Amino acid sequence: MKALAARRHHRFAPVVLLLLALLVTGGVYAALAPTPANAETASTEDIETGQKLFQANCATCHGPNAEGTESAPSLVGVGAASVDFQVSTGRMPMQMDGPQALQKPRQFDEEQTAQLAAYVASLGVGPTIPTDEQVDASQGDIANGAALFRTNCAMCHNAVGAGGALSEGKFAPPLWDVSERNIYQAMLTGPQSMPVFNDATVTPEEKRDIIAYLVEQRDGSAGGLSLGSLGPVSEGLWAWIVGMGLLIGAAVWIGAKSS
Amino acid sequence: MTTSTGNTAPTTRTGKAADYLDQRTSVGSAVKEFARKVFPDHWSFLLGEIALYSFVVLILTGIFLTMFFVPSMSLVTYHGPPASMDGQLMSDAFASTLTMSFEVRGGLLMRQIHHWAALIFLAAIVTHMMRVFFTGAFRKPRELNWLVGMLLMILGLAAGFSGYSLPDDVLSGNGLRITDGVVKSIPLIGSYLSYFLFGGEFPGEHIIPRLFTVHILLVPGLILALIALHLFFVVLHKHTQYPGGGRTDKNVVGFPLFPVYVAKAGGFFFVVFGILALMGGTMAINNVWNYGPYDPSPVSAGAQPDWYMLFLEGSLRLMPGGAEFVTWGDFTVPLNVLIPAVVVPGLLFTFLFAYPFVEAAVTKDKREHHVLDRPRNVPVRTGLGVAFLTAFIILALAGSNDLIATHFHMSINAITWAFRVLFFVGPWFAFWVTKRICLGLQRKDRELVLHGHETGRIVRFAHGEYIEVHRPLDEQERWLRVNYPAHAPLEIEPATDARGVRRKGYKKDKQLQRLSRFFYEDRVEPVTPTELAAAHSHGEHDALEGAGHARIEAGAGAGVGGRASSSSRRTGPTSAGPEVPAQ
Repeated sequence: MKALAARRHHRFAPVVLLLLALLVTGGVYAALAPTPANAETASTEDIETGQKLFQANCATCHGPNAEGTESAPSLVGVGAASVDFQVSTGRMPMQMDGPQALQKPRQFDEEQTAQLAAYVASLGVGPTIPTDEQVDASQGDIANGAALFRTNCAMCHNAVGAGGALSEGKFAPPLWDVSERNIYQAMLTGPQSMPVFNDATVTPEEKRDIIAYLVEQRDGSAGGLSLGSLGPVSEGLWAWIVGMGLLIGAAVWIGAKSS
Repeated sequence: MTTSTGNTAPTTRTGKAADYLDQRTSVGSAVKEFARKVFPDHWSFLLGEIALYSFVVLILTGIFLTMFFVPSMSLVTYHGPPASMDGQLMSDAFASTLTMSFEVRGGLLMRQIHHWAALIFLAAIVTHMMRVFFTGAFRKPRELNWLVGMLLMILGLAAGFSGYSLPDDVLSGNGLRITDGVVKSIPLIGSYLSYFLFGGEFPGEHIIPRLFTVHILLVPGLILALIALHLFFVVLHKHTQYPGGGRTDKNVVGFPLFPVYVAKAGGFFFVVFGILALMGGTMAINNVWNYGPYDPSPVSAGAQPDWYMLFLEGSLRLMPGGAEFVTWGDFTVPLNVLIPAVVVPGLLFTFLFAYPFVEAAVTKDKREHHVLDRPRNVPVRTGLGVAFLTAFIILALAGSNDLIATHFHMSINAITWAFRVLFFVGPWFAFWVTKRICLGLQRKDRELVLHGHETGRIVRFAHGEYIEVHRPLDEQERWLRVNYPAHAPLEIEPATDARGVRRKGYKKDKQLQRLSRFFYEDRVEPVTPTELAAAHSHGEHDALEGAGHARIEAGAGAGVGGRASSSSRRTGPTSAGPEVPAQ
C-alpha cells in the first residue's frame, strides 16, 4: 500500500487512473446494458413477460395463443425476426385497418420488443434476428448488391429504394431511413405485400450486399440535389417550375426593360 | 479630322475591316436592312428565343459529349466509380457514359446541362406554341410557319427520345422496349418493322449506333434547317404585334433590331445559358448508374419517360388491356397498344396540324393578320386550346399515376379510373368553362367601353339622388376593347338555285356552316361608334345617372356550341346599350 501511495505523484498516474476508470465503466456497461434478445439466448422469464405483453396487446387480433383469428394470421413459426421487424418499426400493434399497416412511432421499447419476440419464437421455429455482422454494410459488396437489387427489389421499391406504388393503396415504402437490421428482416420474413427472400433465394451474404448498396445510396447523388431520386417525372416537374419559372421571369424582366 | 473632299474612307480599325468586307461582299446593304428591321416588344415574344438558345446550348454541350461517348453495344467489364457499377458487365455505351460522368473533368456537368437543356428546349417550344395558338398568330400569312413549327416540335421529341436512349441504361431500355411493342402493334408490317429498326430481335446490337446517328446528325441537321426556315418566315412575314392604339395589319410598331434587340436577345442568350448551367450544376438529372446497365428483365418502379413523352406513357397506362383480339388466320390485333400509342397521339397531332386551316375555312377570312387576337375575343379557339392542354395534362398525370398514389396516399386503381373518366370529360368541361369565361370577359369589356370605369366617387344631387360617377376610357383603352373582328357564322347559298335545281356543293357548304356555327354562334360584338355615340349623348345623363347596366345577357344562354338554334344568338346593337333604362 505504501508503494502505491508513493507512486501517486508519478507522471503516469493520471493515465493509469483514466484507463482504470474506462475499464470499470466499460465493464459495468457491458454487464448492465440491455442485450439484443434473440430466441436462443432468451430466458424463460423473458418468454413469460413476452406472453403477458402479447396477451395484453396482440391477442385481440392474433388470438390468445397467437393461433390467429379471422382478422389476423397465426404467428406460430413466424420467428423472432418477424416480430422484431413489425414491432420495432411501429407497424404492430396496428393503429387502424387500411390497405396496409403503416409505420409509426414504436409502442414498445427494445426490451419489451425482445420479450415479445422471445415469446413468439418459443411457439415454433422461425427466422431469427440477424447478428450485427450479418447486417454490417461495410462488409457488403456494393456492386453485387446493386445487381441483386435491380433484379429483385427495384420493381417495387424504385431503382435506388425511393419507394413505389402497389395496387389498391398499398405501397413499397422508401428505404432511406430503414435500419439495416430491419431491411434484413424484411427480406427474410416478407412483411405484408413483400415476398419472402429466404436464405436459399438470397443468401445471407447477398442480403448484406443489398444492404451495403442501399446504405451507399444515402450519400446522395454525385450530380447535385437528387430531387427525390424519382426519375423523369420529378425532373420534368422541376424543369417546368425552376427552369421555365426562372426563364419566363427573365423574359418578363427583359420585356419590361425600357428599350 | 481630315476633310478631304469625297474621301469617306473609314479611319477606325473596325471601320476599315467593315469596309474591306463590304467592298468584297456588299454585305453592308443587308446589315443596314436588318439593323433597321423593326420588331414589336413583348415578353411573350421571347419564348421562342428560349427554345432557340437552349438548342444552341444543346449543340455546344452535345459536341462535348460526343468526344467521350462510345456508341456501341459490345460488352465490356467496367472498372471504376461508382462502387455500385464496379466490375459489372455492360455495353460500351453505358461504360463510356459512366467514364464521362465520373472521370472526365466537367463531364457530368455537361451531361446534366445537356439533359436539362433538352427538357427546357421542349418546354419552351410548347409554351411558345401556346402563345402562338391563343393569340391567333398562325392565321394568314403564317399558316406555313405554324406547320414548320409543328415539325420542329416533333423533331424535338425525336431528338429527346433518341438522346435519352443512348446511355443504354435500364430505364431508357424499358422505353425502347415499349417502342418495340408499339411498332409491333402496327397491323401487318409491325413485326417486320421492328426487325428492321432493331436489326433483328429486340434489343439486338444495332439500335444504339443507329440512334446515335439519328441523334447527332439526322435530327439536329433537320432542326437546324427548319429553324433557319422558321426564322426566315419571321423576317419575311414581319413579326406579329399585340393589339393597341395605332397598331394595324399594315404596320409594325416597335424598335429596330440594332441596337435594341441585338442587346436584349444577346443578353437573353447568356441568361438562358446561365440558368441551364445553374440547373446542370446543382440538380441531378438522369443518373444512369442508379438504373444500371440495360438488361431486358428488370423494370424499376417509377419507370417513366421524360416529361414530353409522358402523355404517351399515360395513354398506355389508361388503356384497359382487354382490347386485344385474334382475327381469322391467327393474327393478333393489339388494340390495347395500337389505340393509346398510335391513335391517340395521332388525333392530338392532327388537331394541331389542321387547326389553322379549319379555322380559316369556317371563318372564310382571306385577309392577312398581323395584329394578334386577345384570347377572349375568340372564345371557341381559346376553349379548344384549353381543352387540348387539359387532355395532354391528364394523360401526363396518368403517366405519373404511381407517384401520385404514393405522394398523396391514394389507391393507384382509383386514380387510374378517375383519369379514364377525366380524359373524356375533362376536355369538354375545360372547353365549356373557358368559353364562358371568354364571353364573360368580352361582356365586361363592352360594359367598360360603354360606361367607363367606376370611380368610387358618389355624388348626391340636390333632389337627394345618389349616383356613382363613371370615368370614360381613354383612347388606348378603348382601342384595345373595340378593335377586333367578331366573326359571324357562315351564310350559305340556298340548296336550290332560282329555278329550283339542286345546287352542287350544297352539302359541303352545309357541313361547313354547321362547323362555323359551333365556332361563332355565341359571340359578343364589339361596341360600334354609333353605340358609343349613343351611350355618350345619353351619357351626360348616364355618367351621372350611372348604373345603366346594359342587358347584354341575351347570348349567355346555356349550351356548348348552341346546336339547336338556327339563327345565331348574338349580343349587339339590338339588345345592348344605353336604351336599357337604369334601374
